[in-house]
Amino acid sequence: MSTIQPIAGQDEQHPDVALVERVRAGDLSAYDTLVRKYERQLFRIAQHITQNREDAEDVMQDAFLKAYEKLDQFQGNSKFYTWLVRIAVNESLMRLRKRRTGKLVSMDEDLQTEEGSVPRDFADWAPNPEQNYNQSELSEILKKTIQGLPQGFRVVFVLRDVDGLSTEETAEALGLSVPAVKSRLLRARLQLRERLSRYFKKTTPAASQTQASAKANAPQENQPRGNGVEA
Amino acid sequence: MTCTEFLAILDDVLDESIAGETRAEIEVHLKKCGHCEVVLDTTRKTIEIFRCHEIYELPTEVSERLHIAIMTKCKKSC
Repeated sequence: MSTIQPIAGQDEQHPDVALVERVRAGDLSAYDTLVRKYERQLFRIAQHITQNREDAEDVMQDAFLKAYEKLDQFQGNSKFYTWLVRIAVNESLMRLRKRRTGKLVSMDEDLQTEEGSVPRDFADWAPNPEQNYNQSELSEILKKTIQGLPQGFRVVFVLRDVDGLSTEETAEALGLSVPAVKSRLLRARLQLRERLSRYFKKTTPAASQTQASAKANAPQENQPRGNGVEA
Repeated sequence: MTCTEFLAILDDVLDESIAGETRAEIEVHLKKCGHCEVVLDTTRKTIEIFRCHEIYELPTEVSERLHIAIMTKCKKSC
């Protein structure tokens, strides 16, 4: 999986800056390079917020077009990618608002839940637990697990832990304070851990036998496993 | 160090941004607290799994279609 490059040193210019300067000078091929570099990350963020593939495709197009049109407003104080993410997040929220016929949509929805703020499941996981599932089963588990998080936690987790932005960059991209990002990140990580434990924790020999027996007696190939998706 | 204190700095532990005396206190706590050790290991694994598995793939043909659309719109707005 591609991740963004680490922050360049104080005196070192980020490669994106040179590309942005070329675009400003009229070189559209430089923008083509930037789009190719970040389209997958932007699509992923839009999909995590809108939870809808068509919307995510539209958001990705609109965000890149808006960024191109507003490139003069990019000051260079932040990384180009952080600036781009902020545009994509706003476009995603606008898209959600349209879908909800104008109802206010914000990154602060449903954050009052106490779920997962204190760990409850202390069972250890099996070694390489993801290998107990095939690719599509694992993908379904991960989707359902992360989709169950409040949006404001989900996006912080994706930017910080999947995309590899720093806490400060995540705060900037989402218009949040650094303490707010830290608080949401901890809650997101703990909630995801708690939910994944249902699938990945070590099973007792008796439970394993029951699962194996249930699988053997399953009438169809596509039956879910004993600890199937339920998040 | 108590479990509550450990949990309060769990993110910093995961991000490996703790050094010195606190790091030593954490190591002592983890040696005697199985629950916190499991929470640390499984939270670390949670992050790793989400980082290593792309759940929203962008197929190449879709990527190409969107890419062409974006660049066409950008050319028009020049």
